[in-house]
Amino acid sequence: MTPSNLLILLLLLSTLAFWLGKRRSFAVVKDSGGPRMLHSRPGYYGTLTALWCGLPALLVFSFWLGFESNIITDLVLSSLPESLKELPPDRLNLIMNDIKNLVYGNIVSGEVSKDIQAAADQYKRLESISHMALSVIVVVLAIIGCLVVQKLISPSLRARNHVERVIKYILIACSTIAIFTTIGIVLSVLYEAIRFFQMIPLTEFLFGLEWSPQMAIRADQVGSSGAFGAIPVFMGTMLISAIAMAVAVPIGLMSAIYLSEYANKKFRAVAKPMLEILAGIPTVVYGFFAALVVAPVIRNTGAMIGLDVSSESALAAGLVMGVMIIPFVSSLSDDVINAVPQSLRDGAYGLGSTQSETIRQVILPAALPGIVGGVLLAVSRAIGETMIVVMAAGLSANLTVNPLKTVTTVTVQIVTLLVGDQEFDSPKTLAAFALGLMLFIVTLILNVVALYVVRKYREQYE
Amino acid sequence: MNNNNNSQRTIDIVNKGLQKRYKAEKRFRLYGLWAIIISLMCLATLFISIMANGYTAFQQTYINLDIFLDPTEIDKSNLASADYQGMIKKSLREMFPEVKNRREKKKLYSMVSSGASYDLLDFVKEHPEGIGGTISLWVPADDDVDMFMKGHIKRSVPEGDRRLNDNQIAWIDSLVERNRIKKKFNTTFFTAGDSREPELAGIWGAACGSFFTLLVTLLLSFPIGVAAAVYLEEYAPKNRWTDLIEVNINNLAAVPSIVFGLLGLAVFLNFFGLPRSAPMVGGFVLTLMTLPTIIIAGRASLKSVPPSIREASLGVGASRTQMVTHHVLPLAMPGMMTGTIIGMAQALGETAPLLMIGMVAFIVDIPGGFSDPSTVLPVQIFLWADSPERGFLERTSAAIMVLLAFLITMNAAAVILRKKFERRW
Repeated sequence: MTPSNLLILLLLLSTLAFWLGKRRSFAVVKDSGGPRMLHSRPGYYGTLTALWCGLPALLVFSFWLGFESNIITDLVLSSLPESLKELPPDRLNLIMNDIKNLVYGNIVSGEVSKDIQAAADQYKRLESISHMALSVIVVVLAIIGCLVVQKLISPSLRARNHVERVIKYILIACSTIAIFTTIGIVLSVLYEAIRFFQMIPLTEFLFGLEWSPQMAIRADQVGSSGAFGAIPVFMGTMLISAIAMAVAVPIGLMSAIYLSEYANKKFRAVAKPMLEILAGIPTVVYGFFAALVVAPVIRNTGAMIGLDVSSESALAAGLVMGVMIIPFVSSLSDDVINAVPQSLRDGAYGLGSTQSETIRQVILPAALPGIVGGVLLAVSRAIGETMIVVMAAGLSANLTVNPLKTVTTVTVQIVTLLVGDQEFDSPKTLAAFALGLMLFIVTLILNVVALYVVRKYREQYE
Repeated sequence: MNNNNNSQRTIDIVNKGLQKRYKAEKRFRLYGLWAIIISLMCLATLFISIMANGYTAFQQTYINLDIFLDPTEIDKSNLASADYQGMIKKSLREMFPEVKNRREKKKLYSMVSSGASYDLLDFVKEHPEGIGGTISLWVPADDDVDMFMKGHIKRSVPEGDRRLNDNQIAWIDSLVERNRIKKKFNTTFFTAGDSREPELAGIWGAACGSFFTLLVTLLLSFPIGVAAAVYLEEYAPKNRWTDLIEVNINNLAAVPSIVFGLLGLAVFLNFFGLPRSAPMVGGFVLTLMTLPTIIIAGRASLKSVPPSIREASLGVGASRTQMVTHHVLPLAMPGMMTGTIIGMAQALGETAPLLMIGMVAFIVDIPGGFSDPSTVLPVQIFLWADSPERGFLERTSAAIMVLLAFLITMNAAAVILRKKFERRW
C-alpha cells in the first residue's frame, strides 16, 4: 500500500473509532439512566477512542517514512558487488543516484550496467517490503488502540480531561517547532561548517583577502587550487547593503514622518497601502528589474559622463534593494513615531515651535531608539537578501569600495556554490555552509539587538 | 521700562527668524512628500517596465501551412512514427519554390518552430480521415520570426547584426501579403511546461509546481501555526520556557530565507534522504519559513478577543479547551486566516530557499504529484531571466505579470476578509 493511501485509511479508521467509542459510551449507561450518568459528553469518549486509534499509528508512520529511505540505501549499498563498493565515496554517491533514478523512472546518466539494474530491483523490492510492513504495523496499532479504549470506557472514565490533556500536549508540540527549527538550522550549518574549517583554517577564512572557490574536484582536472579568504565577500555584502540603506533610510524615514505627522487621513489611506505593495513584490521580480532596467540605465549614464561602469555594478543591485526596503523602514518608523505620546508634541507646540521643529527636536530624539532598532532589522534584511544580488550583482570577488565595480555577496556565493553539482567532501561546497553560518550569526545578532532595543523603547512609553 | 524693552526685543528676534523658520517648515514638508512620491514612482516604473516588456508575450505568431499528409509516409497503426518534420519542410518548399540553395533552405525551415511537427501529429491523431489529403494548419513560428512580427527585431539594423537575414524578412513579407502569418492569443504560454524554445515554453508546469508546494505549505503551516498561537496565548504559563519560544519565533521571522534553504538541504535532503526538486520538500521548507508569520498574526488576533468572552465562558462552566474551541477561536479565525493568506503570498513569491533544494532544474514535464521533480513560478522567472533569447525576455515579464496577479488577488482577499470580519469590541 502506498503511504498516501495508508494515510487515508488511517483517517477512515479514526473516524470509525470515533463512532465506535461514542456508541460504546451510550451502551455502557443504557441500563443505568442514560447519557447523563456519564462523566463527559458522549462525543469525548468518541474523540478519545479516535485519538488513541490515530495518534500512535501516525507517529510510527512518520518516523518510519523519515528513516526508510536511508536504511534502504544502506542495505542496497552493502549488497553491491565488491568491485563497486571499493570506489571512492563520491563515485559511489553518483551510482546510488543512478539507482534511485532508475527506481523512480527518471533519466539515468550514462548507461545502466547489470549490477546497477540489480541494485535498483533490490531497492524496489526492499521498498515494497518496507511499505507492506508499515501498513501492517500501522493498521494493527490503530486497531489495538481502538479496542483498548473501547474496553476502558465506563461511566466514570474522565474522557474530557483525557482528551484535553492530549490536545494540550499536541499544542505544546506545535509551539516547540520554532525551537527545533532554530536548533536544526544551527546544527546543520554548524556541522558542515566545522568540516570546512577542518580543511581551511578559520583565520584564513575570516582574514584572507582572496576568494576564488572554484577548485579542481578531481585530481586530473585543471583548475585553481581555491582560495577561501572571505574578506572580499563580506566587503561586497557591506557595500551593497550600505548603498541600499543610503536609499532606504532617508526615503523610508521621511515618508513615515510625512504619513504620520502631515498627511491627512485620506492621503494616508491611499499612500500607505501603495507603499506596502513595494514590500509584497517578490524579490525575484526586483532582481529582474535591477538587471533589465536599472543596470543598463546606470551603465549608459556612466558612459555618457565618461565613467566606466560595470554591467553588474554594486550600485544597481544596491539601489533596487534600497527600494525594496523602503516600506520596511517606513512602516517600522511609522509605528515608532505614532507611539510617541501626544503630550510631547503639545508641549513643543506650546513653546511656539513649528511642526518641523517639533519633529526634528522632540519627536525624532524621542523615537530614536525605536528607529535605530528598525534600521538594524532592515540591515539584517539587506544582508540576507538573495535574489536581487544573484540576478544583478556579479560573481567575481573584488575587494573594492567603488560602487561602479562588480562585487559579490555572501548570499550570491552560497547560491552559486550550492546550485548544480555538489560534493559534500570538497571545501568548495562546504564553504557555502561556512558562509551560511556567518550570515546566520550576523543576522541573529542584529535581530536580537534590534528586538531588544525596540522592546525597551516600547516599555518606556507604555 | 527695561522689561518692556527686552520683550520688544524678543518678539523682534522671533519675527526676524520667522520667515526663515516657515521656509524651513515648508522645505521639510516637501522632503516628506518627495520621499513618498519617489517611492511611488519606483513602484510605477517597475510595473510599467514589466508590462511594457511583457504584454506582447500573450500573443504568438503563427504561420499557415498547406501540408500534404502523404499516405505512404504515415503508418495508420503507428501515427507517431511518421516524418512530420519532412512534410512541414516540403510544404515550406512548395510555398517558396524559388529557394534552391541548401543554406537558404535551412534558413527557410528555421522560420517554423521545431514544435510544429508535434502540432501536426496532434492534428493527424484527431483527424485520421485527413490522411491522403492536403490540410491547412496554423503552426507556431520560430521565436525570431515572432520577435520580428512584434517589432523587436528592426529592419533598420544592418543584416549582420540581426538574427534574421534579408531573405527571411522578404519571405515574412510575402507571407504577410498572402495572409498566411498572423498573431494569435498565446495558449501555449498557459498550457505548456518549460522548453528551450521560447515559442514552446509555458508556465503551466511551474504553476502546477507552485500549487503542489503551496498546498503542502498550507496543510502543514495553518494547523501548526494556529495550534502554536493558541498554546502561547491561551495556555502557556509565563516562564523561561515560553519566553525562549517567543524569542525564537521572533528571530525566525527575521532569519534570511536562504538559511532555511540550507536547513532544507542539510536536513531534508541529506539526512532524511527525501527526493530533490520535489514540491513536498519545498513545502516543508516554506512551512518552516511561514510559520513565524502565521503564529505572530494568530497571536495578535487572539489578543484582540476581549477577556470578557473568556470569563463568561468559564463562568458558565466551560473547561479551558471548550472556552478556546467554542468561543475564542471562532472569533479569532478571520484574523488568523488573514495572516495565513499573507504568509502564503510570501511563500508563493519565495525563490532563494527553493534554489537550495534543487527546484531549479530544467523540467519539461508537468508535475502530477508531491514527489515529482518540479519547479515553481518564481524559480521559472529566475531561469528564464538568465536566458539570452529575446523571446524569453518578454515571457519572463509575462510570467512576472501572472505571478503578481496571483499575489494581488491573495492580498486583496486578505484585505477584504479583514474589512468584512474585523470587529471592534
